[in-house]
Amino acid sequence: MSFPVRKFDAVIVGAGGSGLRASLQLAEAGYNVAVLSKVFPTRSHTVAAQGGVGAALGNMGEDSWHWHMYDTVKGSDWLGDQDAIEFMCREAPKSILELEHFGMPFDRNEDGTVYQRPFGGHMQNFGAGPAVQRSCCAADRTGHAMLHTLYQRNVRANANFFVEWMALDLIRDDSGQVVGVTAMEMESGDVFIFHAKAVLFATGGAGRVYASSTNAFINTGDGLGIVSRAGIPLEDMEFWQFHPTGVSGAGVLITEGVRGEGGYLLNKDGERFMERYAPNAKDLASRDVVARAMATEIKEGRGCGEGADHVLLKLDHLGEQLIDSKLPGIREIAKKFANVDPARDPIPVVPTCHYMMGGIPTNYRGEVVAPRGSDMEAVVPGLYAAGECACASVHGANRLGTNSLTDLLVFGKSAGNSTIEFLKENKSHKELPSDAGELTRARLNRLNNQTGGESVSEVGAALRDTMQRTCGVFRFPDLLESGVREIKEVEQRVARTEIKDKSKVFNTARVEALELDNLIEVAVASLVSAEARKESRGAHDRADFAERDDVNWLKHSLWFKEGSKLDYKAVHMEPLTVETIAPKVRTY
Amino acid sequence: MLFKIYRYDPDKDAKPYMQEYDVELQSTDRMLLDALIRIKAMDDTLSLRRSCREGVCGSDAMNINGKNGLACITKLSDLKTPVEIRPLPGMPVIRDLVVDMSQFFKQYHSVKPFLVNDTPPPDKERKQSPEERAELDGLYECILCACCSTSCPSFWWNPDKFVGPAGLLQAYRFLADSRDQATSERLDNLEDPYRLFRCHSIMNCVDVCPKGLNPTKAIGKIKDMLVKRMV
Repeated sequence: MSFPVRKFDAVIVGAGGSGLRASLQLAEAGYNVAVLSKVFPTRSHTVAAQGGVGAALGNMGEDSWHWHMYDTVKGSDWLGDQDAIEFMCREAPKSILELEHFGMPFDRNEDGTVYQRPFGGHMQNFGAGPAVQRSCCAADRTGHAMLHTLYQRNVRANANFFVEWMALDLIRDDSGQVVGVTAMEMESGDVFIFHAKAVLFATGGAGRVYASSTNAFINTGDGLGIVSRAGIPLEDMEFWQFHPTGVSGAGVLITEGVRGEGGYLLNKDGERFMERYAPNAKDLASRDVVARAMATEIKEGRGCGEGADHVLLKLDHLGEQLIDSKLPGIREIAKKFANVDPARDPIPVVPTCHYMMGGIPTNYRGEVVAPRGSDMEAVVPGLYAAGECACASVHGANRLGTNSLTDLLVFGKSAGNSTIEFLKENKSHKELPSDAGELTRARLNRLNNQTGGESVSEVGAALRDTMQRTCGVFRFPDLLESGVREIKEVEQRVARTEIKDKSKVFNTARVEALELDNLIEVAVASLVSAEARKESRGAHDRADFAERDDVNWLKHSLWFKEGSKLDYKAVHMEPLTVETIAPKVRTY
Repeated sequence: MLFKIYRYDPDKDAKPYMQEYDVELQSTDRMLLDALIRIKAMDDTLSLRRSCREGVCGSDAMNINGKNGLACITKLSDLKTPVEIRPLPGMPVIRDLVVDMSQFFKQYHSVKPFLVNDTPPPDKERKQSPEERAELDGLYECILCACCSTSCPSFWWNPDKFVGPAGLLQAYRFLADSRDQATSERLDNLEDPYRLFRCHSIMNCVDVCPKGLNPTKAIGKIKDMLVKRMV
């Protein structure tokens, strides 16, 4: 017996920033689209973005998309694809103006234009500096304002949401074309096949593979797990961003916008140590650079507090008035989670897992690409991805602050547009294969009938602990090797998890078990890719290969679930219209 | 620490009951949500919503010792024991602490919560002065957690007719936006004995809002706009 079938032109999985931006394109074009989300759309993790969205509007002084492109390429440590980066930086200003027209409550300048603040790694004059004000913001609640605005615009466009539905597996026909997904309605526990001409993943990040993370509980890499089970590789999974300023102990994010507005970091001697590590950009160097500097200070005994395990973020000198107008959310978070009022005392902070640079391989049109024969980037028909779950790749080995929101706006829209093009050419549904839904059925049956297994929370803790210990800010060959071994043991345990709750109704134990199936693919991909990459680049910093190696490693990793194998593909060094930004030594 | 938690699974329970949990907390458990997650690790049958764990997504609203709040920003040290936890009041319970929010969102959607401006947009932004933008402060920050509406007796009695504090706060967010052109339609939509005027300013909404917002004040401003429109 197969699952009941529902038919749509397209299915979008995820209703955060990129999913909502894509669904808006499709809803306004009149297509019959199902948007599936594990949570009510405004509860998606885009809501937690704070500091701003990058676009060269030039409202605060001279700026250009070409400078933004240079900064992004340099920030990526030259692993970003320059065609995709050019596309994003050129489209960014238009995306911001669209959002403004949709009603987004951006902060304003006296002349009525959108206010922009400085952010790490964003400079004038092709990296020469000084810092440029490029981050468009709504106080320190930019993601919240953006997500709500996009949801509101979708309400206006009558988009069709399936709220609290979890996508489970991809359905492909014999030719490899994507023809739908299976999904579970959480309230009833019922599973359906969503038969569609196209599927677009916008499932966000997977930061919950780490024990200490700024990410929401829902960030479990669902899209990545789903495509990897369907034979599609994951790209550049060794590159994880550790945000310099997570609240020590709690992991909650403190925006880089604090440093953009003039805050800075101190060690236990009261020294503004970033001056030593990045003489020009100082506290506004790229995130990987600042996170490493902080970790070095702590490692060398200059950390603060009883355990000497954090550094301090000072902003009281900005004054209560500026803090309350530009950084009110931070003040709230610091009081609640760090027990300090930042208008008086510094906030204890540590580098904390924040963003996944890798993901589902796509081109800049949002089409998912995978090797077929000699073509390393053959388009998978009917499959699209955008936002953090996708790897276009615009962030390469390290993402610049503000570029995640830019990414989800620009690529959410372009993936939506590409889906529309595909739907115009593919008027009818391809038939479902005879075994459609079987993988999902097997997974659910296994879970329901499992006895003598371990609990999801126990195995999940082992997964997060393994990633945290072996795949952190600094990477060591022995730890990476043992990490690969350990995570493969955890993988065996994931296959035997047991839940006590067998209810059909809103069974969150079942949801968490199914999420763990996705987290494990992300974790294995990350460790295997990290162990294999014998260089240091961006966020991947190896003790035994301290330098970037462009001769051997200027290439993207591709991890395949089957056999946990790796392959590699070239970085796109050719932009769309301008000249290549050639690799050089990266200093700030 | 002792907790008493409302339990109900329609798949197996004839009626709801309160279950006690005695939990050994760790020094890192700061917020109520940390304790609930520890309970869930002991007993995976407890269902609740949660996501951001920092008070911005609005998932984990619940009734805590008689008052609505977000579990993730409610400090354990501030709670009197045994901590009694129930689902948000006045809403149909799906299971345990998970309520059916349909009516709440229906009311939110009923205020047309999106900017209406039918003039073709300029090539650049629609200008807005810092003062005009400041009118939106205290309004746009709503996280739709429903703590306010489900603490409001008027919303309990008439959830289908009274918009409720959260929806009205958002109605005013668009009335207050210098870029919005639908003022009179928005006021028409609210000029009704139930939709707006069931608010009797008892201010439960202000008391519980985890973001420190003031729906009663916004409702007052809508009433002012209606009065001004009449004269």
